[in-house]
This record gives sequence, structure tokens and C-alpha cells, in this order.
Amino acid sequence: MMTFSYYPGCTLKNKAKDLDEYARLSARALGVELEELNEWQCCGGVYPLSKDEIATKLSSVRALMKARDNSGTLVTLCSACHNVIKQVNRDMLTDDYIATRVNNYLGADGQYHGETKVIHFLEMLRDTVGFDEIKKRVVKPLNGKKIGAYYGCLLLRPAKTMQFDNAENPRIIEDLIEALGGEAVIYAERNECCGAYVTLEDKDFAAKRAVSIKNNAESMGAELIVTACPLCQYNLKVNAAGGVEVKYFTELLAEALGVKEGFDE
Amino acid sequence: MHRIGVFVCHCGTNIASTVDVKAVAEAAAKEPGVVFSADYQYMCSEAGQNLIKDTIKEKNLTGVVVCSCSPRMHENTFRKAVSAAGLNPYLLEVANIREQCSWIHKDIKDGTEKAIVLTRAAIAKVVLNAPLVAGTSPVTKRALVIGGGIAGIQTALDIADAGFEVDIVEKRPTIGGKMAQLDKTFPTLDCAACILTPKMVEAAQHEKIRILSYSEVCGVKGFVGSFKVKIKRKARFVKEDVCTGCGLCTEKCPMKRVPNEFNLGMDERRAIYIPFAQAVPKVAVIDPDHCNMLKNGKCGVCAKVCSVGAIDYKAQDSFVEEDYGAIVVATGFEPINIDAYDEFAYSQSKDVVTSLEYERLMNAAGPTGGKLLRPSDGKHPHTIVFVQCVGSRESDGSPKCGKSYCSKICCMYTAKHAMLTREKYPDTEVYVFYIDVRTPGKGFDEFYRRAAEQYGVHYVKGMVGKVVPENGVLKVRAFDLIAGEQLQINADMVVLATAIEPDKTARPLATLLTASMDTNDFFTEAHPKLRPVESPTAGIFLSGACQGPKDIPETVAQAGAAAAKVVGLLAKDSIVCNPCVAHSDEKLCNGCSRCERVCPYGAITYVDKEFKMPDRSIKIRRVSQVNEAVCQGCGACTVVCPSGAMDLKGFSTEQLRAEVDAICK
Repeated sequence: MMTFSYYPGCTLKNKAKDLDEYARLSARALGVELEELNEWQCCGGVYPLSKDEIATKLSSVRALMKARDNSGTLVTLCSACHNVIKQVNRDMLTDDYIATRVNNYLGADGQYHGETKVIHFLEMLRDTVGFDEIKKRVVKPLNGKKIGAYYGCLLLRPAKTMQFDNAENPRIIEDLIEALGGEAVIYAERNECCGAYVTLEDKDFAAKRAVSIKNNAESMGAELIVTACPLCQYNLKVNAAGGVEVKYFTELLAEALGVKEGFDE
Repeated sequence: MHRIGVFVCHCGTNIASTVDVKAVAEAAAKEPGVVFSADYQYMCSEAGQNLIKDTIKEKNLTGVVVCSCSPRMHENTFRKAVSAAGLNPYLLEVANIREQCSWIHKDIKDGTEKAIVLTRAAIAKVVLNAPLVAGTSPVTKRALVIGGGIAGIQTALDIADAGFEVDIVEKRPTIGGKMAQLDKTFPTLDCAACILTPKMVEAAQHEKIRILSYSEVCGVKGFVGSFKVKIKRKARFVKEDVCTGCGLCTEKCPMKRVPNEFNLGMDERRAIYIPFAQAVPKVAVIDPDHCNMLKNGKCGVCAKVCSVGAIDYKAQDSFVEEDYGAIVVATGFEPINIDAYDEFAYSQSKDVVTSLEYERLMNAAGPTGGKLLRPSDGKHPHTIVFVQCVGSRESDGSPKCGKSYCSKICCMYTAKHAMLTREKYPDTEVYVFYIDVRTPGKGFDEFYRRAAEQYGVHYVKGMVGKVVPENGVLKVRAFDLIAGEQLQINADMVVLATAIEPDKTARPLATLLTASMDTNDFFTEAHPKLRPVESPTAGIFLSGACQGPKDIPETVAQAGAAAAKVVGLLAKDSIVCNPCVAHSDEKLCNGCSRCERVCPYGAITYVDKEFKMPDRSIKIRRVSQVNEAVCQGCGACTVVCPSGAMDLKGFSTEQLRAEVDAICK
């Protein structure tokens, strides 16, 4: 059994419990234990661009420090948390101005210089477990179901920092879908921003984006869309109700591995 | 007793503004051995040179130090001056107080201090200089041109017309290069084939030109004037001297589904094929990756139908070694791989094409016979969007690994494509998205304006952010920077003006030739302004896009210039060698062979030699010997020699130590 430090994030304790639970069940089935960090704090949900305010980066840094002291690797799942924590980690590694001020603040709590490796749950599946291994563990294959992966923006960009996949032509979720026995549907808008961030300001705009994405996936033959992001999930499901079904990729994984029933909704 | 003269140049204000030249001259005068020290405004001028010559005679100098620009600039000038005054030219040292001193310092105090130190180092070295005499080496009066595109063909023709033999080595089965794939050429819109194929034929028929197609350079030895080049002649499986080019085999071959590289994979060819109708040499070739006979020993149709018996399934790669006096690199360019640019949906839709593919779609000999048809369904497109600068002009460190440079040719060929599309099919709407339209060149800007103004091409300043294929339509999302609004154009085709980069074979070739390249793998010229067609490596010349993005007129001009330089070299019977070569002290040599292994020119050999030992016995030892005619004086052997036996004349270890000591004093 392999163990990784795990940062779930607030949404996964609330609206997106299923994203989290299916991931834990699947991981266990694949021989990986996700060890939730003690006393983690909300990442803030949006990477803070302002350079003169360090308070907004502290929760990420604390999580990163804990992970460093545990196993050195931090697994995340929510796209927004992954994006924030990975970008803050880069700042601590490369931006002396930010790193110095953060470390001055932390003082006796310890020092941090970007030592932790931050990986997304999907990267853990691909690089640690391996898609070939997952294929072998599938008990309920998806029988060629046509599934469109929806990446959104946060997993992929900024590409230089995230280093997740080819930002314009990603494959990782498609490869997972195929390992689970489904047929991956490639559609152009799978890496477009869904617009969820502007929901509170301009709900119609967010809805328009979401409808466009769903239509594009459907027109290319998708019967189901899977996503890794609670925000996208909400926007695609609630703001753009109707049309093709949207699920978390972890639900699909748990289903194919035959451990879905372990989750008590 | 040494009698050294020091001459400090002002170079106008180039040196004098950040170096106190008088102080340098005064400091030099105090150095031991210096009997004369002066400054002058332009040391390279005739008056400056006369000052050096007169002083040598008056003061009976034994060594000269000129403090001026880089030795790459004027070392030869001053060597000639010194020589004219009767002093051995190698008793001159140049202290570079311009490029490495005055130009990079702002503070006159720092500049002066450094100039004095550099001068002191040069004085310390010159007292150890020994007179050297340059030998000569013969020139093989033949040239090699690597690459058979328009650049290589033009260079070869110009050299051959001057009366020298030329070999063209082309890796593909035919010469012609990229130009053979083009439809029309800007700005005059004459057909590319009509102006290229006569040149291809002329090259083939020229008595001084030999075309080695389907061949690659795989080894280069020697140096300017006498290169030895190993050429791999890839097995064609068709006897080149027997095949008549009738093409019957290419019709009967049952392996029909091989992607046709000449049409960029947009149609198919057979396993035995002639690349295109006007190929030179017009000889078939068998693609061993797809031929059933070569892979499984079953078939043999082409051999049966060939009436002249040209098919030879047992053919093997062969190697030839040839002597040349000069080598011209004309390896050309390739469009970049655009995997990282899939926001334009190139991998998702067949109707998104590169400009070179569009060129084939417009070409009468192309996969659609010159009719503009969408690759996905063969229908006539009504709205076409051109996107410029795909992969060009990207900021450094972009995650897409795009090119920081401007690919130069795209603005013009896109204007050409847009214009020709509107002319042939007035019912199409054509949009061009650009960052800037760059069309300097004779008749070029007029050409672009004609596309925009007379042909009604919609030029939109702004970039396309996304292309979404959906239900047979390409939704092109872009931003119009001038109107300040987002656009969505429902297009039938999207054409990407892909950045160009040097051919993939250029880098390994540069290594074989020891020719330098820039960070983008374009060959570097000896001087960007004054020696644009020569590589810094003597005897290597540059022609066409291997040196930087170029259009056809510029390529042809440079090809001619390279030929003129080659002819200038081949017209000589011998060239003066560099006397600053390595030599081995046999008594110190321990026979380890490291120098032999590291020598890029093959100048070092080992011989068994008899040595008298202190006890009067005779011992045979293996020691290194340098062939001075072959050595280029790179100094690599002196660095690896563990026993200090190897030394470089003019740059001996002792001299370099003296320089360092003078600097550290």
C-alpha cells in the first residue's frame, strides 16, 4: 500500500463530496492510501495574483510544508486547489521576493522553499499506478461508452507551471477513459474555460459558455462528460441544465473498479 | 634583448571614449622590453600602419603589440604591415581593447585599468613569440553542394558555369526541394514549376554537375581546399542508369496505400514511385518500408513489368569517398511541428491545413488537380480563414516551444494564397488574421495591398484563439484588435501559416562540418553583414534558408553569392596555411593516443621510434606526430595531453601562462 499526503479542499467536504469519496475508494482499490493532511486550510479558490499580499498564499504554503515533512509529495484533486497550490509552490521555488516575505512571516513555524512535489490525482493514476495497471483492475468496463473529457482551464494553465499535459491537446483523461473501457470523444472546447468564475456577476454569460461546451461535446458524439472540477461540474450541470450528463471522473473510475457502492450518498 | 613597440588605437571614439588611451600608452612604456609606445587615432589607416612600419625600422623592433579591436577584425591588416617592414608577421600581438573592453565598459577608469592589463598580457606574450613561416596546401578544384533545392541548384549552376566540377548531394530521390511543391511564386505569380524545372534539367544536363540523389553526407575529413567527404548512397532498388522513368512500375505496383510525402500525405502513392512528374533524376525508387517484396519476399510485380530490367531487389546502401576543395551547405527548411498549437484544431479536423498543404491543394499537380476542395468532404469551401504567425514571433520561454524569430515568408505567401483564392473563386470570403503585416521587398507591399484593396481580402489585426470543429463547420474565435471586439467566423477551411525551422539534418551535418549554428539551428555566418555566405569554418559556405528564413529571390541571390565565394577559392592553386599548428615533443610523449582521439581533423598519427636511453640502450617507443598541413590549430590536443608533450605554435602553454601572470600581477 502506497501512501500520499492528500489535500481535499473545502468544496470536496461539502458540495463535491462524491468527487472526494469516489477518489478515496478507487485509490484504495488500486493500492494507494490518501492520507488527509492535518488541519488543512482553504486554499482560497483563486490563485492570488497580487504580489504585495502574502496572507492569501499562507494556507497553501502550510499544506505544502506539511506534505514535505510527511512524504514529500502532495496529491490534490479539486482543479482549483491544484491550480492554486501548484502556482504558490512555484512562487516559493522561484520568486525570492514572495518566498522571503512568506518565510519571514512563518518565522518559528519553519521555512519553505518549494521542495514539495505537487501532483494531481490523475497524474498519480497515470505515473504511480499506471493506466495499464488500472485496465487490469477494471471489473465493470464501460463497454465503449462515448465519453468526452472536460478539462476546463485550471488543470492545464498556465501550462509552463502546471506541466500537466499538452494544454491545447491534452490526453490524460482520454487515456483514463480508454483504460476503463470507454471510447474517448475528442472535442475542441474540452480545454476552454467554462466561465464559472463569473457566475455571481453574469450568470447568463457563464451559462452561455457551458451550453457551448456541452453542445460541442454532444455534436462530436459524447454521451457523457466527465470533469475533475467542482466549479465546472456546477456550471455545466446547474447553469446549463439539460443535455448531456456530467459526472466526476472519479465516479466513473469507482464504477469501473466496482467500488462505487462503497459510497453512501 | 627585446625591443617591443606598443601602438594604442583610439578607433575614433570607439575606444577613446571609455579608455584613456594616453594612459595606456604611458603604462605600456614602463613595461620591461618596451622601447616605444604611442597612441594614434586610427591605427588601421594608412598613416597608422606607416607609423608601425617606420617605427619597426627606426627602433629596430623585435616585436609589436597593437592595442585595438578584436584580432578577428584587423590582425591580418597589422600582420601585413609588420611583414612589410621586414619583421616576421607572427611577432605581432593584438590586445583587444575594443570589443572586450571599451564597448562593454561605461566607466573610463574601469576601461582604462582593464586596457592596461590586456596590453601588459599582450606584451608578456609577444616577448615569447617565435617567428613562424606559413606553408601552403593545394586546392582540390571541385565543390560539394549539400541539398538540392533551389539554393543548392543555383549555387551548383553558378559554380559549374565558372568551369568547376560540382556534386549535388540530395537526401530525397529527386532534387527540387520545397520550391517544387509550391504553386505560384510571389510577387509576380509565375508558376513555381515553370521557373524551377528548367533549372533542375539544366543542372542534370550540365557537364560539370553530378547529382547524387537519395544520398547523404555521413563523414567529413580534411580542411579548406582538401576535404574528404564520405557519401552514403541509399539503396534505390532501381538501377539509376538503366531506368527510363516510364512509370509503368508505379502504375502496376499493388501496394497502393502509401501516404504521398510530396503531397504532404493528402493522397497516396505506390511502394515504387517517382516523386513527381518532373523529378530529376526521373528514376523510380522503391520505398523499403512498404514494398512487399523487400519486406516479405512476395510480389515482384515491378520487376516483371520493367522492360529494361532496372529493378534490383538486392541493392544495398553503398558508400563513396570524394575529394572537394569547398563545401556549400544548402539544407533548407521545414515547417515546424504544430502539435502544441492544437487550439487551431489541426489534429481534430482535416479542413485545418498548413500553408504548404494549401499550396498543394491549389496546385494543378496536387491531390485535387488544382481545384480548391475541402479535404474532409471534397466540397468547395466558401469561407476560408488564414492565421499568420503560427509558432513564429513567440516570446522566449513560451510553453509551446515556438520560435522567437519572424519566419519572414508567411506574410507574402498568405497574401498570395488569399489573392489567388479570391481570383479563382470570387464566391469565397477570405479572412487573414495577423499580428503585423511585414512585406518589405521589391513589389511586396504593393502585392499585399492589392490583395487587401483590389481582391477584397479581409485583413483583421488580431489572433485566432480557438478553432472549434462542430457539425462540419469550423467555428473560428478571434479578437479584432482594431474594432476591439470578439469575432466568431464560421469557416469551411482554416489555413495555418506555420513557422519554419532549419531542416532536421542540419544539426548533425553542422557537427560533421564543425560549422557553427545559432540557438535556432540556423548556420551562423562568418560576419552577419560583411561575410554573410561564409561559415566561420574555412571552406564551408552557406546558401539559402539553412542560414535564416528566406524567400526565393533572396535565396537565389545568396546562392549566387556563395558560388562566387567558392569560385574565388577554387580559382587558387594553393592556399596559405595557418602556421599556428600543434607539434609534439617526442621526448615527453607517453604514447597514450588521447590527442589522436580528440583531433577533429585526423592530423595526428602515431609512429614507433627508436630512442637512445641514458644507459645507451635503444628503446622503441610509440609517439605522436602532427601532420602540419592537416592541423587547423584548434588546440584540443594540447588540452588533453597529460604529459605536456603537445603544444601549439604561437599559443604555447608558456605564452599563455605568461599572459595570465601578467594579468594577475
